[in-house]
Amino acid sequence: MEMIVCIKPVPDPKQAGKMTIDRETGTMIRRDVPSVINPLDRHALEASVRIRERHGGRVTALSMAPDDVLPVLKESLARGADRLVLLSDRRFAGGDTLATACVIAAAVGHLGTFDLVMCGDETTDSGTAQVSAQIAEFLDVPNIMHVDDCGVSPDGDLRLHSRNEEGAFTAEGQTPMVVSVTADINEPRYVTLMDVLDSEGKEVLILSADDLPLEESWIGLEGSPTRVLELFEPERKSRAEMLSGTPAEQAAVLADRLRRLGFRNG
Amino acid sequence: MDFTLSERDRMLQKSIREFAEKELPPRMDRMEETGEFPLDLLEGLAKMGILGVITPREYGGSGLGHLARVLVLEQLGRICPAIPMSLEVHHMCVYGINTWGTEEQKKKYLPALADGKTLGVFAVTEPGGGSDVGGTQTTARLDGNDYVLNGRKCFITNAHVSDIWVVAAMTGEGRKGMSAFIVEKDFPGAGTGHVEDKLGLRGANTGELVLQDCRVPKENLLGGEGNGMSVALETIVKCGRTGMASVGLGILNAVLEEAVKFANERVLYGKPISRLQAIQFYLSDIYSDLEIARLLAYRAGWLLDNELPADAEATLAKQWICEAAARSARKAVEIHGSYGILKEYPVQRLLRDALVTVPAGGTAEIAKVVLSRQAMS
Repeated sequence: MEMIVCIKPVPDPKQAGKMTIDRETGTMIRRDVPSVINPLDRHALEASVRIRERHGGRVTALSMAPDDVLPVLKESLARGADRLVLLSDRRFAGGDTLATACVIAAAVGHLGTFDLVMCGDETTDSGTAQVSAQIAEFLDVPNIMHVDDCGVSPDGDLRLHSRNEEGAFTAEGQTPMVVSVTADINEPRYVTLMDVLDSEGKEVLILSADDLPLEESWIGLEGSPTRVLELFEPERKSRAEMLSGTPAEQAAVLADRLRRLGFRNG
Repeated sequence: MDFTLSERDRMLQKSIREFAEKELPPRMDRMEETGEFPLDLLEGLAKMGILGVITPREYGGSGLGHLARVLVLEQLGRICPAIPMSLEVHHMCVYGINTWGTEEQKKKYLPALADGKTLGVFAVTEPGGGSDVGGTQTTARLDGNDYVLNGRKCFITNAHVSDIWVVAAMTGEGRKGMSAFIVEKDFPGAGTGHVEDKLGLRGANTGELVLQDCRVPKENLLGGEGNGMSVALETIVKCGRTGMASVGLGILNAVLEEAVKFANERVLYGKPISRLQAIQFYLSDIYSDLEIARLLAYRAGWLLDNELPADAEATLAKQWICEAAARSARKAVEIHGSYGILKEYPVQRLLRDALVTVPAGGTAEIAKVVLSRQAMS
């Protein structure tokens, strides 16, 4: 099975507290926070690698990003991708989800035939959860989101389980398709020292806008109908109250507060 | 000079960090309580390639080398220093066999030391003294096709959790009278004795090896008869001291993180204590110790990888870093005030762990003697 996994470098969510906003330009200042592969994309990558391990095929990690984050993206090769394709061009900068999906879909088409494009449901930096559906639309193939289980049936069809806040369903269908996954789909494996070593000989392909069948008006800021009006930090309200006294005194105060809030024994 | 880590090094640093953050904390309370090494972790350590980080690939390791070993031990030590303490001695066993072993010995023992079934031991110290390697009293007498070993080894890391021991014993008199042997736990006459109840690094097993008419086949002589002093000293200096430096470096990482976290959270006079200059001075000291420690430890690993002289550099790294870890941990306890002595705060454990690293693998005083020689050379 020919699989393409979309990965995005995002500021390390564990260090999100260091992120600041440039009030003049209304953009996030990312330089103080190192980038990592978007956590849900790691689950998508793991799911693809597991399919390849059972059924054969090839996994391509695909990302649209500035080329200085290439070392971060190379982790995908240690995580089991067979090759990494980076779409890097200054003209891609400032793209919204539509412009991004347009570039990715063009790259998927450029890379040849595919069976499955996998994404994480959303990214931790923008969290729009739109790109996988938009890629599917550009490629004119089915799309299923919120996938928390996937497998391949004996006749080669994909069997997917999807769950959202309203319910769950199982779908079976022929490839090609685009799916996006939740964190429940798997537990990504650790990258071992051997994986790091083995990743070094793998193919890395860097493509620019000129390599893809794109028009300038489809990409970057020009191709982006979305306008961000304002970026702001939510007001932080600390409502924590520190109790003092002996542990027994603190417990008594806490129990009293809980009772007043309506909690009852039993 | 290029002080940047390679892409490979940064990637392995990140992967070990993830492994350590997830796998070690659930085991640490029990390690503290029982003083036992978590044997269920061995399989994971093997799979990650940590046990075999300096083992050549043809013998089942990743062969990444000494700088990679420093990075790996540092990341593990940032979470739980007892783990790299055990592993650094395990690596000494690997280093000894890989450097002086015959092809048969390497084929037999190195894969077994990489696949997670056991840890290795490197046993020189005796009740009569550790610093005085020449004062070894354990004897090895040739009897037919076996050497017969008699003696006791003490303060031996991994003593009770290892099947494969490199042991120094006297086959004659003087400097040329020492030989090294690979002893299997199941050889007749091989046994373990007392388990030490340590102040810190509690999850690293430490105890005695007892050799009573222990029969070791002649083919398990390591490095040839009379070469035991070289086997012992080179392994201790190059591998052991770089390893201990890495344990101390891991502790320093944790010390700075805990100190900064507490200083930012603890509010006095209406603001976090990190805004007080007295606390900032402590944090600056700890940060400086960590940064210097990192340079010293990485340099020692890099020199070894490049087969450059590293004896003084590894000794300096070990001695300076372990003392820095102890003094910085003490400062972190000070920052915590009375909280610092409570068991639920990690800084008290880090101080206890750091204190154990100071004499482990060679006292500071012996290190200073070595360094004074270098200074005067």
